Amino acid sequence: MIPEQLNGKRIFLTGATGFVGTALVERLLRSVSDCELVLLVRGGRRSSPERRVEREVLRNDAFDRLREELGKDRFGHETQRRITTVGGDVSRDGLGLDDAGRAALASCDTVIHSAATVAFDAPLDRAVEVNLLGPTRVVETMRSLGVKPHLVSVSTCYVAGNRRGSAPEERVENSPYFVEVDWRGEVSAARRTRDDVEAQSRTPEMLDRFHADARDALGAAGVPLLADRTEANRCAWVADRLVEAGKARAASLGWPDAYAYTKAFGEVALLEHRGDIPVTIVRPSIIESALAEPRPGWIRGFRMAEPIILSFARGLLKEFPGVPEGIVDVIPVDLVVAAICAVAARGPELEPSIIQVASGSTNPLRYRRLVDLVSEWFSENPLYDSNDQPIVVPEWTFPGRGRVQKQLERATTWLGRAEKAVTALPIRGRQAEISAEIEERRQEAERALGYVELYGAYSECEALYGVENLLALHESVPAQDREVFDFDPSSIDWDSYVRDIHLPSVVHHGRVRTSPGGRRGPTREQRLRAQVLSADRHIAAFDLENTLIASNVVASYAWLATRRLPTDERLRFVAKTLLEVPTLLALDRRDRSDFLRHFYRRYDGAPAGQVDRDSVEMFSDLILAKSFPAAIRRVREHRSLGHRTVLITGALDFVVDPLRPLFDDIVCAEMSREGDTYTGELLSVPPTAEARAQVLGDYAAAEGLRLSESVAYADSSSDLPMLEAVGFPVAVNPEPRLAAIARKRGWLVEYFDKAPGMTTRTLPLAPRPNRRRRTSARRRSA
Amino acid sequence: MTSRPGYVLDVDRSTPPVLFHHGEGFRLEKLPAGRSRVIYPPEPLPGLDDPDAAIRRALLEPIDSEPLPALLWSGMKLTIAFDDLSLPLPKMRRPDIRQRVIEQVLDMAAEAGVDDVHLIAALALHRRMTEAELRHAVGDRVYDAFAPRGLLYNLDAEDPEGMVLLGTTDQGEEVELNRRAAESDLVVYVNINLVAMDGGWKSTATGLSGYRGLRHHHNVRTLRNSRSFMDQDRSELHRSNWRQGEVIRKAGVKVFQIETTLNNDLFGNGPMGTLAKREWEWTVRDRATFLAMRAGVDRAPASLRRKVFQAWEAPYELTSVQAGEVEAVHRVTTENVYRQQLVAVQGQTDILALGIPYVCPYNVNSIMNPVLVMSTGLGYFFNLHRGKPLVREGGVLIVSHPTPWEFHPVHHPSYIDFFEQVLADTTDPVEMEKKYERRFAEDEWYIHLYRTSYAYHGVHPFYMWYWGCWALQHLGGVIVVGGDPKAVRRLGFKPASTLQDALEMASDIVGRQPTITYFKVPPIMMADVS
Repeated sequence: MIPEQLNGKRIFLTGATGFVGTALVERLLRSVSDCELVLLVRGGRRSSPERRVEREVLRNDAFDRLREELGKDRFGHETQRRITTVGGDVSRDGLGLDDAGRAALASCDTVIHSAATVAFDAPLDRAVEVNLLGPTRVVETMRSLGVKPHLVSVSTCYVAGNRRGSAPEERVENSPYFVEVDWRGEVSAARRTRDDVEAQSRTPEMLDRFHADARDALGAAGVPLLADRTEANRCAWVADRLVEAGKARAASLGWPDAYAYTKAFGEVALLEHRGDIPVTIVRPSIIESALAEPRPGWIRGFRMAEPIILSFARGLLKEFPGVPEGIVDVIPVDLVVAAICAVAARGPELEPSIIQVASGSTNPLRYRRLVDLVSEWFSENPLYDSNDQPIVVPEWTFPGRGRVQKQLERATTWLGRAEKAVTALPIRGRQAEISAEIEERRQEAERALGYVELYGAYSECEALYGVENLLALHESVPAQDREVFDFDPSSIDWDSYVRDIHLPSVVHHGRVRTSPGGRRGPTREQRLRAQVLSADRHIAAFDLENTLIASNVVASYAWLATRRLPTDERLRFVAKTLLEVPTLLALDRRDRSDFLRHFYRRYDGAPAGQVDRDSVEMFSDLILAKSFPAAIRRVREHRSLGHRTVLITGALDFVVDPLRPLFDDIVCAEMSREGDTYTGELLSVPPTAEARAQVLGDYAAAEGLRLSESVAYADSSSDLPMLEAVGFPVAVNPEPRLAAIARKRGWLVEYFDKAPGMTTRTLPLAPRPNRRRRTSARRRSA
Repeated sequence: MTSRPGYVLDVDRSTPPVLFHHGEGFRLEKLPAGRSRVIYPPEPLPGLDDPDAAIRRALLEPIDSEPLPALLWSGMKLTIAFDDLSLPLPKMRRPDIRQRVIEQVLDMAAEAGVDDVHLIAALALHRRMTEAELRHAVGDRVYDAFAPRGLLYNLDAEDPEGMVLLGTTDQGEEVELNRRAAESDLVVYVNINLVAMDGGWKSTATGLSGYRGLRHHHNVRTLRNSRSFMDQDRSELHRSNWRQGEVIRKAGVKVFQIETTLNNDLFGNGPMGTLAKREWEWTVRDRATFLAMRAGVDRAPASLRRKVFQAWEAPYELTSVQAGEVEAVHRVTTENVYRQQLVAVQGQTDILALGIPYVCPYNVNSIMNPVLVMSTGLGYFFNLHRGKPLVREGGVLIVSHPTPWEFHPVHHPSYIDFFEQVLADTTDPVEMEKKYERRFAEDEWYIHLYRTSYAYHGVHPFYMWYWGCWALQHLGGVIVVGGDPKAVRRLGFKPASTLQDALEMASDIVGRQPTITYFKVPPIMMADVS
């Protein structure tokens, strides 16, 4: 009996935070009343291993059943009694264990190694460190401790590589298709590749490119943010290269991807190093949601088939490569867990044994059947689009991989170009949404392409995984165990599994819309707005241009400069200014504060008194006329809630002076004067980009207020530092770049409009004062 | 030229479609025969042959007062206050009548050696007039002589230094006045009496006052008891103003009131003249003109349309001018207003139909926003009667106006918030008065905009709503034809796309065969309902 055999045992487990690992912990706790578990868990950046176990394992809904059976208190007590957590890392020599951890490992009877990087697109070196070297490190550590517990190492059926026909439960190197390669060479080559790619990414040309890409994405967001993004781009590029290197190396040796390839060599290395440690290798095929335990449909994270199924249901993925009569070798997670438990209970055999947990050879699910089931199910239970219309699932034509890939590649390229073009357009607000839409489409296409590339290989893999050892093991367990620990693949009824268990679970996890309308409670936007307007907020900081008013420094300069100009000079002024527009725009895009300094030079020699007086008129004629009433109302709303309202702008003091009564404080650019003339030079760095975040931070610190409790409104990616600095950023009429960023990060986006009915002037010229009407009225009426 | 009096036409099968003003546009509507009538305004009275001479005579031979020159002396403080840009509507061709009057007053002052003269636009809580608007009202000569020295300016009723409290009436109403006027030896008030509501003590007690004084009569209680506020004898609004005038007089402020009346010639004899003609008298040429005009209007972009309409200047002529003691002068003035505007109408109607034009007193050179549509229909036009209202209690008012969701951000900032916040919460005047009025009236931002920019005071939209509060109480329903449905619903009214639909909708309230009266303004007239 499995529970009796495992009772009183201490089991060391790696990979507890993973899909199989979590299910294993749950199973062992629930079905074996008295075994102890030692979990090897990596510490996160912010959380300890213990905390990760608590949050990422025990709080998973897999444990709902056990928690219910035991009651909350006993559950806590039981898990505390039976689980020991040790910090460590399978990608480090000695598993990164401290003395207590080593002692804990030494005290165990069984070790289940299920830690792996299952991402099918892991970077090569990472996959090598974890998948290839991980199992070896486990046995090396055990040997260094002088202990010999039974090691159950979880691998994958796909170590057999791309092949047609039967793939029996045999060692990798015994396969007739195995290419003789030394795994040590693979390890050092992978590490060297990492070094090479890192070096390559640091060449000036590449760094320039990363910087240019950062600027494309963020605009003039200031040096610190751009540096941040540049480095992120570099790391992403390195990772991409290594993913590609992994794919290429795997393909060159006949594996569908780096995962299977590193797992395969991981087995070879393990068996080479195990010494006299008893080892059993368990190789599941594609693990999917649970058939029955802990409950039908339980799944953790998004697995392999889900994204594809959902993309199909959403109508995104119109075609997916595959052979209709091909076999999709899927195995529910509880069968895998039961098999591992059975292996652990049985104990080691004399020779290292290999057990494949797969369905293809005894109870095959054909690709066509799967597609039919999915189509039928979504025809009956369609997803809904944002307009509450049911989405019609596409007809699947089983095309070849090449064709689909080419189509998707073409779409991705075109959407990428369109996105670039739109981003460069001087649009904002609702219009800019289009870029976000294109971006979303492109990402969808890219994702689909990713699936096709990654999983296409699997769907075309026509190997039949032998399960003789599995069935023998199944035969060997007592009949009553077979009920509880079922791992017979032929017990799966695919139709009911797909229809009643798997698809509902996928849809549930995908958080997709399964009914029209029916949105209850406040929308996301309303919730965000309520947070922004909560009395708990401290500061509400506002940008000026395009956040409060549809105007800019050029417009106000044009107004002030033309106020006293006679008609012919006005024309000359307009012509001159229009000619300068491209230069000014380019400068503005490069660096906001350089642009302001450069532009404000024009005020050199301006009569201060007159400019100040004219600014008062400009307030009505330009600023208010182009203001967004809803934005002004929002400022006042914040103020009435007791928030400190601050205007932070690169506009000049005399321009924003009439706005003082609206705000508690105004931080703006101040121009120095000599006597009664302005000098065209600023007294301090204009508050733009990172300086703006700095100003806000200083302000908050001086007033004893918290940025994390503050709100900031801005329209452009050059305001990113300020938006990122506060807890509640609001993108107002965002330009395409900011629209994309806001969407990704789930920020509140507000569309404030000019008062309806107002006409716009591109270059506002001031009405001239002291002008008599030329026509004599008396003559006209005569 | 003889001018025909107003006329009530009973609509029969042969009556052609009648013209409705519809914002910056027009509609031609066929009214149901047999139960509809159209009230046409009287034709323009002939103007005075020599306006300047008439003005001079009025100043030299005032009513119940010494002649103006006798009131002027060297070393005195003289303040000339004048009606703001809300009068007349539309603005009149140059020279504006205020210019003519002020020039003569100034001439006499100069002769008397008066050198301390201030000119104040008596705008109360209206928006400040721009330089161009002031130039239009007083003329370039006056403007250039006074404005640069700071002697010609807009009233600032929120200037704590600039306003004084003169006392309270026997009913506890505070009386606030501009300090300069209060401390002057003589206040000369230059009025244009466009409707019967204007003039009298309302000129000074309202025009030179602020929120402290106005709130005693610009409120729901007073306006519900002013039936109508166009009819001084039945108007609590006027009684309150007259009580305040009494306090002004007792405080020793000497007011020399100059009141003028204009004829109702809005459109002249040119192509626009068609708009003033009675439809069954339209010639082929009139028809063609109208069709061309309407086609042009329909095709023009909204901003151009607004510009063209707002630029229109009417060729009004002066029909009377009288000066002297406020109340005595105003009695004469009112008679002169009635002479031009009164139309005798027999009995009330179930449905009153109105076409709202592009302008009202509060959107000169600006946008007629939905709140102003309400105020013009239910305030101004509904109240243009003596005796009983044109429409019976529980009857329906149908107004025609596009009612776009548009606001002037400079002129009407508090209206935007009023529309977005107050009306979204309640359309009940009593409730909004209680809940919101003070907050808007004392709002620093609105006060800032009123004082330094060109914004109507924060409380002004409330006054506009109160203007219509009696009608809201009296009517069984209001339907807006051709309006933006969202904006119309926000006002608490029902939108209809055609007059036929509106009549159909009204039948729920007034039955299947209601009587309909179309009150064809502008030009402005006053129904004398018996």
